[in-house]
Amino acid sequence: MSNTKDSNSNLIPVDAIQPARLELDAVRQKLSEASGPKFWRTLDELSDRREFGELLEREFPRQASEWVDPVSRRGFLKLAGASMALAGLAGCTKQPLEQILPYVRQPEELIPGKPVFYATAMPFAGHAVPLLVETHEYRPTKIEGNPQHPASLGSTDIFAQASILNLYDPDRSTSVTFMGEPSTWANFVGELRREVGAPGVVSRQKALRGAGLRFLCGSTSSPTFAAQMKALQQQFPQAKWHWYEPVHRDGVRAGSKLALGGYYDAVYKFDAADVVVSLDADFLSGAWFPGFVRYARDFMSRRKLDGREMNRFYVAESSPSTTGAKADHRLPARAADIEKIARALAAKLGVAGAGAVQLTQEQQNWVDAAAADLMQHRGKGLVVPGVFQSAAVNALAHAINAALGNTGQTVSYIDPVEVAAVEHGHSIRELVDDVNAGRVDALVMIGGNPVYDAPVDLEFEKALGKIKVAIQLSLYRNETTDHVHWHIPAAHYLESWSDARAYDGTVTIIQPMIRPLYDGKSAHELLAVFGDNPGASDYELVRGYWKTQHTGADFDMWWKRTVHDGQIAGSASPARQVSARLAALPAPENAGAEDIEIVFRPDPTIYDGSFINNGWLQTTPKPLTHNTWDNVAMISPAMAQRMKLDQVKDQADHQSDAQNILEIEFQGRKVEVPYWAQPGHPDYAVTLFLGYGQTRTGRTGRDADANTSRGYNAYSVRPVSAQYSGGAGKVVRTDKYWSLAVTQGHFSMDGREPVKVSTLEEYSKNHNFAHEHREEEPHDQSDSKPESLYPKYSESGWYKDYSWGMAIDLNSCIGCQTCVVACHAENNIPVIPKDQIQRGREMQWLRVDTYYEGDAANPSAYFQPVPCMQCENAPCEPVCPVGATVHSTEGLNDMVYNRCVGTRYCSNNCPYKVRRFNFLLFSDFDTPSLKMMRNPDVTVRSRGVMEKCTYCVQRISEARIAAEKEDRLIRDGDVVTACQQACPTEAIIFGNINDPNSRVSKLKASERNYALLAELNTRPRTTYIAAVENPNPAFKSPAPAEKA
Amino acid sequence: MAQIFNRSANTLARASILGAILLISASGAALLKLQRSPYVTNQHIAPEQPVPFSHQHHVAGLGLDCRYCHTSVEQSSFAGIPPTKTCMNCHAQIWTSADLLHPVRYSFQSGESLQWTRVHDLPDFVYFNHSIHVNKGVGCESCHGRVDQMPLMYAENTLQMEWCLSCHREPEKFLRPKSQVFSMTYQQPTPENPVEVNGRKFLSQAELGQYLKDQYHLRTVRDITSCSTCHR
Repeated sequence: MSNTKDSNSNLIPVDAIQPARLELDAVRQKLSEASGPKFWRTLDELSDRREFGELLEREFPRQASEWVDPVSRRGFLKLAGASMALAGLAGCTKQPLEQILPYVRQPEELIPGKPVFYATAMPFAGHAVPLLVETHEYRPTKIEGNPQHPASLGSTDIFAQASILNLYDPDRSTSVTFMGEPSTWANFVGELRREVGAPGVVSRQKALRGAGLRFLCGSTSSPTFAAQMKALQQQFPQAKWHWYEPVHRDGVRAGSKLALGGYYDAVYKFDAADVVVSLDADFLSGAWFPGFVRYARDFMSRRKLDGREMNRFYVAESSPSTTGAKADHRLPARAADIEKIARALAAKLGVAGAGAVQLTQEQQNWVDAAAADLMQHRGKGLVVPGVFQSAAVNALAHAINAALGNTGQTVSYIDPVEVAAVEHGHSIRELVDDVNAGRVDALVMIGGNPVYDAPVDLEFEKALGKIKVAIQLSLYRNETTDHVHWHIPAAHYLESWSDARAYDGTVTIIQPMIRPLYDGKSAHELLAVFGDNPGASDYELVRGYWKTQHTGADFDMWWKRTVHDGQIAGSASPARQVSARLAALPAPENAGAEDIEIVFRPDPTIYDGSFINNGWLQTTPKPLTHNTWDNVAMISPAMAQRMKLDQVKDQADHQSDAQNILEIEFQGRKVEVPYWAQPGHPDYAVTLFLGYGQTRTGRTGRDADANTSRGYNAYSVRPVSAQYSGGAGKVVRTDKYWSLAVTQGHFSMDGREPVKVSTLEEYSKNHNFAHEHREEEPHDQSDSKPESLYPKYSESGWYKDYSWGMAIDLNSCIGCQTCVVACHAENNIPVIPKDQIQRGREMQWLRVDTYYEGDAANPSAYFQPVPCMQCENAPCEPVCPVGATVHSTEGLNDMVYNRCVGTRYCSNNCPYKVRRFNFLLFSDFDTPSLKMMRNPDVTVRSRGVMEKCTYCVQRISEARIAAEKEDRLIRDGDVVTACQQACPTEAIIFGNINDPNSRVSKLKASERNYALLAELNTRPRTTYIAAVENPNPAFKSPAPAEKA
Repeated sequence: MAQIFNRSANTLARASILGAILLISASGAALLKLQRSPYVTNQHIAPEQPVPFSHQHHVAGLGLDCRYCHTSVEQSSFAGIPPTKTCMNCHAQIWTSADLLHPVRYSFQSGESLQWTRVHDLPDFVYFNHSIHVNKGVGCESCHGRVDQMPLMYAENTLQMEWCLSCHREPEKFLRPKSQVFSMTYQQPTPENPVEVNGRKFLSQAELGQYLKDQYHLRTVRDITSCSTCHR
């Protein structure tokens, strides 16, 4: 946080506040007395602070219903009077005349009004995320996974879901600039290739065999790119290629070289593993772990209790993640300790060369249990190293898997999927050294924003000033743009031809959905400028390359088939036979017990910063913290208590809490960050999240009102020597405060037991655990006839053909928020600014609640997606004075936006807090590009209207019309809700509960099926499948931080 | 003290109370009337179009089927407005130099769309689907009127919700055999003019409607008047 922030209203003055400090002992005491709730959501709730009680009393916390701007009573009455007078006439407004612009020549395959799906893939950190894109009249509107592709199986992740907003982002770079002045692509090509007068870069470097030519690219796996690169290397043999991705996998690369003798990519088979041990591997957290979507599906397929033996999951992690939350045995440990743990585990499993280490009792217990389990399941176990972990941890994991005979069973190795398997830290350092030595004439940066995200000690910005011609291809004008000569707007992946390989090597041809909106160019077209065919389009380049690769005579057919299917059949990389041996491991870092470790992680929703201008991802609560619009410094609750850190009421607007700002010093550089006490964070460690603090980005990525950047820039303290973690950090408490917008405490269902959990052992003895220990559940409606005020729909012949319902498997939910973003995209949900989220006005129809259980030092965590429950006895329906929310004949609680007058009675009466109100005009009705993005089948809601989930009723309608035209009933699987479709683990199942053979009926028949707040007799149609964990019965519980 | 008000003031007061009530109800009634008037609904008003296209001439005169131009009416929510190419299929051969058709030729040459003014414009929160209606025996004419008698296109009906519901509440009054959906001249059955479907003769719409409702597996009135049938 820079000094400019002092003027920001989010910075809270310290006077007149009563700091609330975390008292862990009181919390422990309370937990042991077990008088409070067994499950808790926030530390405030756990410590039962008075404010929390106040918070609960209001549906929208703290005067949320008040005017945002101070409006006088008189002014209000004037407005009210005027609007009363106009209200009667509102119905009489004439609709403006609309135009219809038909095609001049309509494409043959197009049926106006019907969406068409095209297969493509999103390149993410060098890997393909295979997709099917829904287009309406050739406007892409929604992204789904490609069900036929092994890396997707129909599911996606948050970045793929939200990437469509980047395509239509009005803040994207729109023109070629030279020295900041508008120019053209033709000028650029002409200038580069000029031969008369002062020769351009291409001509100049040709003579020098490319000696002064450098390329800097992010990770890519594009075979066409590789071929272009190879061709250029022949023309410019002395040119050099450098690779830098801020969230790189250098530890994975180095570890592979160390243990396997070369660069290989590991491909895991989680569905074949009975025991999984994660050494800081967050493969259930996000797409930065290559193969995330498929791995999550595979891993959870062993936790469905559908007859297959349940796997057991051990996680040791240096920063709390959703992966750790799913562990049966979670061990928080500092990053340096993870290596010790890995060594101990290896030594215990008989891997030579692991060395001896000293562990704490807690760590030793964990290692003992994991080792014993792995030994028992030789060939069916799996040790997964983290992508942000050191080379040694990666090497040890390979060695353990080899020693246990897991290699070939649960893990195999393939040649690297990326074009260049290099260590990015070295690569960018070499580039900067070359520049500083004056060896670089021209630098071509393909993607990326190195001035912002390169290791800070390399001083990339300074180096850039020494280059004669710096060229940048980028989607946005960013920090780097100010220091380059040529800026070329990049084409979005939905606008250009390319190709990419998934985690297993399978190739997808990336086809565009739409012509470039802003005349962007693809990387292929930029590279072509340096080659023999400078005017070539990306289509010619990609197709041309594959023509040389395909050997048969039927290329045209093959091409069509391949583009249509979204994958080249059989292109997965073959497994390589490798043998793992531990050569000399680098000596482990020896961190003192109270030495503070600094850990860097990509931000869970805006990643390395490339999604900073994406409003959907900014408002998506970050898993675990549920923080939005900001990044924090995550520390342990114990550390917060030790440092006497405060949380104060934000006196400026009374809406939210403000957190103490810490000053964090790492290797001589300082950054100011608001703290966040995260249950389960290892003590004496701080996690900093990359991606925020950008000064040069669009309107969403900056705080436009305050004219400051959002959050803090963690890159400003991230040196090349400690890219993901390092010791000897200094943390000082400052007297400044920062207001966050955290949704974790919003919409709380106080004191009840929303999640149900058991262990496999107990479950085998007691199948009925999901229905015990709760207030008496009402009987079936048939028995309670006299008491109920609600109409008896089912007895009056409703739900004849269909009765919709949903079942959500808590065991499978990994809290990744993909469903939330998918819902955002499908249902035209607006982006809510930070100050409105602080008032509890977030609009996502679906939220994922996180519940903790047990001690704050290492609690268990559970995720619970909460959409509208579509109650049978819906409390919202009878209280609506205008009949804007009514029961449908298929059991939905319909929401009729055009009838809603905004009394909000319905949401006050909703026990699940799933209704969302448009307090202000949140939807953007003006920006033309955003209009193109909207789902044409869903109303864009305006101010003063209540809205909520209706099980994607537009999808039900579409399926019903299709079925009725064929004179049949809707089949199971015809209607897939947006959240269900996106979910990587198939945790959400929707269908017709009238049909006993539907998937949802079968799930609901499980004895683990329970209704949320069933004691209220709302009879919800959304029900939950209680979680069952599989802890090791032989595990010695460590004292005192014992699990509840 | 002298009385301020004359006795007649009482009558005046009573009359003005009554008058006020009358005035309020009259203005209310007037507003209701206005709301349903062509001024608001554009019913029976033909807007200006770039080309004075005559449905009468093309349908009644030349006998073109609705689907020759409105190609997606059976598959999609949107019936489809013909691309310029469809016009040029014929008008490249006939009336090739008519001034009236200049915008069509210009569009075809320049690649710029013709800009028609929408005649049937539903509010944006209503999701109407053509395909399911024509597939369930609702004739084009039932909603769009005798298009074959319209030299210029106008909306035959108000397209207001009460008008939609008049059919959704009693669909049997309007259903016709599928073979007659695109007919402009179809008449509902009468004893003099029976309608034959699947070999059965029907003498009244009541009979036919009931039969077709079963044949088409029409959803119940309660189903098709559920809010989410049209609103989402």
